[in-house]
Amino acid sequence: MTDNAEIDRQIGREYEAGFITDVESATLAPGLNEDTVRFISAKKGEPEWLLEWRLKAFAAWKEMTPPNWAQVQHLDIDFQEVSYYSEPKSMEDRPQSLDEVDPELLATYEKLGIPVHEQAALAGVAVDIVFDSVSLGTTFRKTLAEAGVIFMPISEAVHEHPELVKKYMGSVVPQKDNYYAALNSAVFSDGSFVYIPKGVRCPMELSTYFRINEEKTGQFERTLIIADEGSHVSYLEGCTAPMRDENQLHAAVVELIAHDDSEIKYSTVQNWYPGDSEGKGGIYNFVTKRAVAHTNAKVSWTQVETGSAITWKYPSCILKGDNSVGEFYSVALTNNFQEADTGTKMIHLGKNTKSTIITKGISAGKSQNSYRGLVKMGPGATGARNYTQCDSLLIGDKCGAHTFPYIESKNPSAVVEHEATTSKVSDEQLFLCQQRGIDTEKAVSMIVNGFCKEVFKELPMEFAVEAGKLLEVSLEGSVG
Amino acid sequence: MLTIKDLQAKVEDKDILKGLNLDIKPGEIHAIMGPNGAGKSTLGNVLSGREGYEVTGGSAELEGKDLLDLDPEERARLGLFLAFQYPVEIPGVSNLEFLKASVDSVRAAQGKEPLDSVSFLKLARAKCKLVDLDQSFLKRGVNEGFSGGEKKRNEIMQMMLLEPKLCILDETDSGLDIDALQVVAEGVNSLRDPNRSFIIVTHYQRLLDYIVPDFVHVLANGKIVKSGGKELALELEEKGYAWLEDAAENGAS
Repeated sequence: MTDNAEIDRQIGREYEAGFITDVESATLAPGLNEDTVRFISAKKGEPEWLLEWRLKAFAAWKEMTPPNWAQVQHLDIDFQEVSYYSEPKSMEDRPQSLDEVDPELLATYEKLGIPVHEQAALAGVAVDIVFDSVSLGTTFRKTLAEAGVIFMPISEAVHEHPELVKKYMGSVVPQKDNYYAALNSAVFSDGSFVYIPKGVRCPMELSTYFRINEEKTGQFERTLIIADEGSHVSYLEGCTAPMRDENQLHAAVVELIAHDDSEIKYSTVQNWYPGDSEGKGGIYNFVTKRAVAHTNAKVSWTQVETGSAITWKYPSCILKGDNSVGEFYSVALTNNFQEADTGTKMIHLGKNTKSTIITKGISAGKSQNSYRGLVKMGPGATGARNYTQCDSLLIGDKCGAHTFPYIESKNPSAVVEHEATTSKVSDEQLFLCQQRGIDTEKAVSMIVNGFCKEVFKELPMEFAVEAGKLLEVSLEGSVG
Repeated sequence: MLTIKDLQAKVEDKDILKGLNLDIKPGEIHAIMGPNGAGKSTLGNVLSGREGYEVTGGSAELEGKDLLDLDPEERARLGLFLAFQYPVEIPGVSNLEFLKASVDSVRAAQGKEPLDSVSFLKLARAKCKLVDLDQSFLKRGVNEGFSGGEKKRNEIMQMMLLEPKLCILDETDSGLDIDALQVVAEGVNSLRDPNRSFIIVTHYQRLLDYIVPDFVHVLANGKIVKSGGKELALELEEKGYAWLEDAAENGAS
């Protein structure tokens, strides 16, 4: 029968967040050399040690080549064509609170359905907005300060808490870790810094919304979260970007340090511009996210990835301390010509360490969606356990789903379990829904949300709703 | 209620319906019987708008509205319900969520507000009881891991919730044991209403012992070749279909 005619018709829906805010920006001319690095560092008034740190990373990067093992295809990126710094013009007299923020910027967030002050006030969320390369406002800093929590742009933390930044930055993801991490280390723009003191339970969810808004502008966030002994923090990160014709480069680094008995929960909803239905445009997203968990600590990564033309991302856990726990819950959705190669690495070093990996890959259109994961049991990982479940859902017959699990075990007492399934949204399922009065878009959204349920329940409440909506938007046009 | 005139349809270039006429008045139950491959299931699929069934001629109107140009969901919202021969599974989507989406869509088309979750749950539980399905089925994925009989009862429950105007049961009796058959029949009988009509597509007379039709039609070679009262079903049980098929072919030549 015309198995996929129905499905084909709906593939290809316009990107809802595709608009450009008319804010004049000061952007550095494209190009990358040592002077670029010096310019960025000077612009931020950084101390000498940080400039040295950046230059060391740049020197390393020059010797490296981009990784080519991922299941993605893209033209070579000309790194000299990218601009490495931009800031809204109003930077010079920077707003001290959200009230002082350019109303047009706030309007941008509202278009995205993120009414910052309302949401911040009502939901008790402290929001550190990164607009292009500069953090514009931080709310609730006072409440957090009372609890002893430090939550600020990393560019400020460099000045206010240099000892912490110096000690931890690069400790989980070294400058030379990989090509994109080295690039980020050399030219990182800004990002968030979080420190939770011993025994403190962070009084609110911490959240950041990123947005790329300058033509030919790479954005290189750097996030550093330190949970001291016995502390607890939940961090939320969400992103969307306006419509663009040119591919935009994005290479972030996130480092999490979970000290003894602490817990870090890091949730991401990523909705960068994926390119149009012809595969034109879209963000290239090369991210290095890694956590180290000390004794009895727990790190949980939850991600919902629906955007970007190319996603290259493996949030990982080094389970260093005994009894430490690592979790990775992921929904990765690709449509049209998107390509995602994403997964995790669970490195078990300590005794009785435990990890859980639950991934849901959804492919529609002509997209390619790969899970790539490593579970490594070190010689000291006595009694360690891993459980991995990778499920793929195909919508239509022109897309692909791939699973690349790597398992290395150097300890005979360690247990590794892996399960994988692949299923398809069938015309029969869609017809059943239609025959019951449900249109195909709603039907696909329902089926996909059902498929992702296990991961969504790991998201903080407000994100779970947003994530469901996002899948619906991302899949609009994928069937029918 | 339903008026079908000279309906012709093909599947993958093969003509299946070759000029079918049928007139169903409100409150009537029509049984469609016939040999395998006669086009019985095609009729239900064409009326409900399933992809892959191409209408090449004729018309079908539900309460005076042309069905054939509408999307399947629009037909459903007008009150056309098809109980599937092989209900498909939708893993991960709870039956309750599915039912609510369905009822809300149909209500929206009628200009009614969606039911609140509590009232809906109450209603769904009541209907479960009527078709002898445990309430736990509401929490399970749509048809996921249901037995054949449970799937059919789930179909009848959906029919009860949606209260359609025209119900088409496509070989709902296939694969059912006698107990399940009775439950299904009771469900259908409880929905009998002067403003609701039924098309019961079946291969066997057995179901018609429980759901007594007003008319029985024999579909052979894409056309209705004989119509009669409920006694026709018994005659068919006795004599089979061959004599009618022969008649149809002779008539056609």
